[in-house]
Amino acid sequence: MSKKHIIASYSNTQTFLLVALRLLLGWYFLYEGIVKIANPDWSSYGYLMDSQGFFAGIFHAMAAKANVVAAADWLNKWGLTLIGLGLLLGFLTQYALFFGMLLLIMYYCSHPPLASVTYLIPQEGSYLWVNKTLIEIFAMALLMVFPTGQIVGIDRFITKWTKK
Amino acid sequence: MKKDNKKQEIASPNTSAQQIGRRDIIKGLAAIPVLGAFSYAWLRKNNIDETYRKNMREVVNLTSQPVELAPSVKEGKPIRIGIIGFGIRGKQLMRAAGFPEPTWIDEQIKAHAENKQNTNYQDYMEQEQLNIEINGVCDIFSVYSREAAIAGSNVNREGAAGKMGKEPRQYKTYLELLDAPDIDAVIIAAPDHWHAPMAIEAAKRGKHVYCEKPVSWTVPETYELVRVVKEKGIVFQLGHQGRQTESYTRAKEAIDKNVLGKVNLIEVCTNRNDPNGAWVYDIHPEASPSTIDWAQFLGQAPYHEFSLERFFRWRCWWDYSTGLNGDLLTHEYDALNQIMNLGIPGSVASSGGIYFFKDGRTVPDVLQVVMEFPKQDLSFLYSATLASGRSRGKVIMGHDANMEISDRLVIKADPESTQYKKKIEEGLIDPNTPIYSFTPGKKGADGFATATEQYFASRGLLYTYRNGLRVDTTHLHIKEWLNCIHAGIQPSCNIDRAFEEGISAHMSTKALLENRRVFWDADKQVIV
Repeated sequence: MSKKHIIASYSNTQTFLLVALRLLLGWYFLYEGIVKIANPDWSSYGYLMDSQGFFAGIFHAMAAKANVVAAADWLNKWGLTLIGLGLLLGFLTQYALFFGMLLLIMYYCSHPPLASVTYLIPQEGSYLWVNKTLIEIFAMALLMVFPTGQIVGIDRFITKWTKK
Repeated sequence: MKKDNKKQEIASPNTSAQQIGRRDIIKGLAAIPVLGAFSYAWLRKNNIDETYRKNMREVVNLTSQPVELAPSVKEGKPIRIGIIGFGIRGKQLMRAAGFPEPTWIDEQIKAHAENKQNTNYQDYMEQEQLNIEINGVCDIFSVYSREAAIAGSNVNREGAAGKMGKEPRQYKTYLELLDAPDIDAVIIAAPDHWHAPMAIEAAKRGKHVYCEKPVSWTVPETYELVRVVKEKGIVFQLGHQGRQTESYTRAKEAIDKNVLGKVNLIEVCTNRNDPNGAWVYDIHPEASPSTIDWAQFLGQAPYHEFSLERFFRWRCWWDYSTGLNGDLLTHEYDALNQIMNLGIPGSVASSGGIYFFKDGRTVPDVLQVVMEFPKQDLSFLYSATLASGRSRGKVIMGHDANMEISDRLVIKADPESTQYKKKIEEGLIDPNTPIYSFTPGKKGADGFATATEQYFASRGLLYTYRNGLRVDTTHLHIKEWLNCIHAGIQPSCNIDRAFEEGISAHMSTKALLENRRVFWDADKQVIV
């Protein structure tokens, strides 16, 4: 409960920037999810096969099983979409952030920007150990400790309703 | 900044939990307009993409559905097969026909156990059964003959510990096999200099023939084979399994619909860079004059004393081989003959040499062939090396667009095209972006694959597990032949296509060896 008191002390600018960051991440997740749902040929197979680094074996093993690939496809499509909606609407925001981070950690582990690897996926920038996925993970962690769903978002109603 | 000091207020413990005020509703739903903006942006993007797709479909109206699998081979009485030659290709053909060596099955199971990504075994076991029996095998190396008999009995596609069926009879000579009454059709996978003689003898006996390429080793036997096949009315299929490649079918459609405009140049290539690719195959440890019938191997070839190199690496000598011309140029030629109905070239020039594999071979390892097709106003350029792996696709160059064919197919408009001039000027076609791209197995086909998709597809990592099986084209080619035998019709790589393939290859060999340009006299049907 004590955390909620901290929330109450955001300044307008702080709230604005935190909410804006949440909305941008939400937009990004939502679109990534929706394009995958809209494309009947999309599959996580190529991405899994492209994995390199310490955990590559796990991701390659996943790709080798058609039913695992099908599950990964489904989880990515709907996971990304629901997380995106959650962040945009401020609905179950903390859960959306948690699962969003989980997905991002998987992406990072499957494609770590190590000095020694080159990926098939074209990259628009240059990365070494740190890439955009890692920064997003930390941005989401930041939003978890500075929550905003209860200020701007449907969570505001939930908080009120659940409060006795 | 002062405003900033105003603290945000949320559900504080002091407010009544049940009461939701106007302020709460505004703040709670404040992000909804962002969702509205998102929906707008998304619809707009969809709209732009759809307009582009529609435009592209108007420009390149090709079928977007995958080529359908041919119907299964007729049930009932199986076709009884004999196989002549059980070397590298013979083993592959038997496998494609559904009769693998048990040791091969064990190897694939082991390979999958060691590396789960290797699904050769699973893919193979999903290959359709063709309702055939192997009743006879013939190989002049006794070890291969024995192996062929075991493979021919592997009716359940099992490993060495599995239950085998009845073993086919092993024949010492191909003529004995062809005389057997319990054989309806033969698969010929002997060295090049044996293709036509065996096929001719088979046809004379009314046996249907699946013959490995090239169709013949000399020019005269090519005519003789055509005559006998037509006279006897047998079903003849030449072993260019590329006939079953999905992207070629799509490429043909693009040509037929004039998507490329007038085509004036075709460039095709072979690039290999390993000893195996250069025909330096392993020599079997049990091979010796006592296990190999050397006299039968020689056949019509010039006499040479027993040589293990020549027996296992026969492709390296003109005495038995047709070199790059017969072995690899023919695949490229037949692909283009399938796509563009090229026919026999008006003239052929050729040059090359033995530049890398100085191992005593007589056939070149680097070769260039230029075929002219004056009737179609186009040149066909073949360029090959067995000592550099730089991969080059098949490229068909037209005035309006060019098409590159590999496993995929990509068509790009030409910036100076007449046909697409207006659309390019209107910005509806971008010459740098494919106006059509096709990846086998993918449901739709358009110029719209994302960059990521294109990268994955070029490495064969796309759609592998999505739309059904990875099917071996050799399997499909044999299946087509069997279906034709049942139906009494001729297959896609029939004797007429085989004649065109054979003559084109002979013209390029003649041009190379005689160091001159050779011509085809279409009236007299002779090479001059």
